[in-house]
Amino acid sequence: MLKATVHVTLKPGVLDPQGKAVQHSLAALGFGGVEQVRQGKYIEVDLAETDRERAHATLDAMCRQLLANTVIENYAIDIAAADIAE
Amino acid sequence: MRAAVIVFPGSNCDRDVALALRQVSGVEPRMIWHRETDLPPLDLIVVPGGFSYGDYLRCGAIAAHSPVMRAVKQRAAAGVPILGICNGFQVLTEAGLLPGALLRNAGLRFVCKDVFLRVENDRTPFTRGYRSGQVVRMPIAHNEGNYFADAETHARLEDEGRVAFRYCGAEGGIDEASNPNGSLAGIAGILDERGRVLGLMPHPERLADPQLGGIDGRAMFEGLLAAVG
Repeated sequence: MLKATVHVTLKPGVLDPQGKAVQHSLAALGFGGVEQVRQGKYIEVDLAETDRERAHATLDAMCRQLLANTVIENYAIDIAAADIAE
Repeated sequence: MRAAVIVFPGSNCDRDVALALRQVSGVEPRMIWHRETDLPPLDLIVVPGGFSYGDYLRCGAIAAHSPVMRAVKQRAAAGVPILGICNGFQVLTEAGLLPGALLRNAGLRFVCKDVFLRVENDRTPFTRGYRSGQVVRMPIAHNEGNYFADAETHARLEDEGRVAFRYCGAEGGIDEASNPNGSLAGIAGILDERGRVLGLMPHPERLADPQLGGIDGRAMFEGLLAAVG
């Protein structure tokens, strides 16, 4: 099995009102110097797959078809370094 | 008019739109469950408002890949008019039948109120009951209605007359104050390349009967009836 994580983030230039609200709230709490906050999604996927290249290709297709909306979002795939024993 | 209303788990405007269609056409629309893979012969398909699949992942994302949507895409390719209202608009963008995406409202709040819309293109089966420049009133009720498209897509929509409705003031003026959700250029509804698919955030079915307080939405269903028979 391979453990993968996918980060889905809004593309630069796409307004992120949630990130802005969090930024303002941090400022209200006294955290100075917060220049920007962008909010995204973190998705864990366990794959019954041992070949990392194939796993990456599969995850890439998953991201393009469902996990991310590439009109507004970017995605980054990370596959854990070592195979995890079941 | 042989109309169908697609029903997903979490749809909640399906019966309202079915009522509006029945009142205008005198024919009961078919209610089509999301698991269906075959559709009967149809003149119109409506993807209704609601919270399909609980808005999981992104609004409309799961519904866009449901079995019935494959059949809806085939009918769209064949030129059957497809009307997506509110969540239905989100589903159509996620399914790739309409360009762009619907983001979280700029004000971060669910907005539920009547708005004014300016009809921008009256040469479609959906809008032929209106005239370009006409100001109509329709309710909105959404949290993710902030229309976004990249600059190139936006320019194409404008050049090709594919903005069907824009949020406006009572007199038809387009300004920030009359934009309820931060939508790009005040866009409330857009058409596909052939003008056969319309997605809009406002709810025409919620103002299609005098008992609901207005009938500005009714002309959309009357226009469709006139267009498809």
